[in-house]
Amino acid sequence: MTALLEINGLTKKFGGLTAVGDASFKVNDKEILSVIGPNGAGKSTLFKLISSFLRPTHGEVRFNGERISGLAPHIVARKGVVRTFQETTIFKDMTARQNVVVAHHLQSKASLLGHYAGTLTARRDEIDFHESAAEILEYLGLGHVQNEVARNLPHGYLRALGIAIGLAAKPQVLLLDEPFAGMNHDETMKAVEMVRGVRDRGITILLVEHDMKAVMKISDRIVVLNFGQMIAEGTPAEIQSNERVIEAYLGREDQEIGI
Amino acid sequence: MAVGAFLLTVFAVVPWLIHVSGRWDFYYTLTSVALLSIASGGVWLTFYIGRINIGQGAFALAGGYVSAILVTKYGFSFWVTIPLSGLFCALLAVLIGLPILRLRGVYFAMITLVLTEVARLAALALPITNGARGISSIPLPGELSIFGLTIIPDFSTIGNVKLAFYYLATVLMVVSFAGLYRLVNSRVGHLCRSLQQNEELASSIGVNIAYLRVIAFAISSFLGGISGAIFVAISRSIYPASFPVKDSVDFMLNCFLGGLGYVFGPMLGTLMIYFGWDLLFTTGRFQLLIYSAILIMLIVTLPNGILSLPLFNKREADK
Repeated sequence: MTALLEINGLTKKFGGLTAVGDASFKVNDKEILSVIGPNGAGKSTLFKLISSFLRPTHGEVRFNGERISGLAPHIVARKGVVRTFQETTIFKDMTARQNVVVAHHLQSKASLLGHYAGTLTARRDEIDFHESAAEILEYLGLGHVQNEVARNLPHGYLRALGIAIGLAAKPQVLLLDEPFAGMNHDETMKAVEMVRGVRDRGITILLVEHDMKAVMKISDRIVVLNFGQMIAEGTPAEIQSNERVIEAYLGREDQEIGI
Repeated sequence: MAVGAFLLTVFAVVPWLIHVSGRWDFYYTLTSVALLSIASGGVWLTFYIGRINIGQGAFALAGGYVSAILVTKYGFSFWVTIPLSGLFCALLAVLIGLPILRLRGVYFAMITLVLTEVARLAALALPITNGARGISSIPLPGELSIFGLTIIPDFSTIGNVKLAFYYLATVLMVVSFAGLYRLVNSRVGHLCRSLQQNEELASSIGVNIAYLRVIAFAISSFLGGISGAIFVAISRSIYPASFPVKDSVDFMLNCFLGGLGYVFGPMLGTLMIYFGWDLLFTTGRFQLLIYSAILIMLIVTLPNGILSLPLFNKREADK
């Protein structure tokens, strides 16, 4: 398999604190890779480094062989690495559909001026975006709430809407920030199916997550962080039997894994 | 329908009413309202990308000076200076905006507030602006002709200059707001809204937020600049104190009062604030107290502006 995303010696220091220290791993094309670790392990920082919302102190992220760390987030998104956000970061005062339509920005063939003037290309763009948005919303089970203002939607829908926004950007790699946080068992299982579905559309997924059960179920491979250091990398089965992981993380919370 | 009625009112009914009643002073008042609402429309656009702009006075002043200097010192036609002063302000906004638009909320508001004062002090200090004496006895706008065809006659040959300025200001107001309306209802406007609601999310879907912010700020300042230029042509003079901080604050209040969610909010807000203040003139020394109390009440009870009243929204649905 080819490595789509390469993380080489990625390090981020905040003052004297090393949030992420020398992390190196690869994300293969069309796999689901999860990054796990106890609270404060540096998962979120790693996530921001990969999506270029933060600049690394050392090291780099390569996408398709090209260095993307240090670029502005919107450029990284344009290249095909798109992140979603923890919790409910959406455009609250727009309807679900408007959220997804506006997120098609990168597919726009017309320039901003063209959109202002309402050229033929711009109007065709708008039609395409609405069609594609309707399809994405339907796919993620949001079809029946597409005209609701986003701030009125229940929690579970918002999470799906966040993923819909990410999908609208037509990424090659979608970074999901704790997609299962705060969900009960049934909701999580539904969300797991949803994320699998996204991968089946040909999108590589890198997710950061707390929910061990979901992670074990969904991941092709897992990377474990502890205190900013990468302590293990492997398939779910390998991670479950890894001594260091059990010691650092799973040993304390083995009931939670439920295996 | 509503648009037609509005245009008819502005361009025909109002002049007719003034003609019948003989209240010629209303032309001056309404011209001011039109110009102030153009500048407020600009401020409204910065609100639309989620920034509180209390610096429009600076751009109105800059635009006024550009026009005054070009006309008096370099002999430019006034008509050419309108777009030039707007473009000058837009350029200025790009230069200032690039660093300061990274700030949000109250920090951006404070910097823009300072801008107005900086503009006043700069006008006092720079040699080209003639310091505190300002620039006065600016000639009336001359003739505008293209290929020998007269489009607008020389203002000094027009019997009724007030009416001429009224038409100039209202035509520009209609054009500006039509432009803003189009912007808000195009994809550009949707992107601006996405910026207002969440800049990080907007950049995660590939929106170049820095670029979009600067564009919006430049358009805003362009509108401030052209309104300043025309103000100067009307009063035929400009001083460093022509656009004080109070004006900057008023531009912002106009937007609040009309409604930040409605593109025509600043127009209505300007009209209400301007006339509201004048109507309260009879209350003498209580004028400011009553005026402020009403403003506070309106902002508390109608946080989304006057245009959020059901009365207006029903009309919008009819359109």
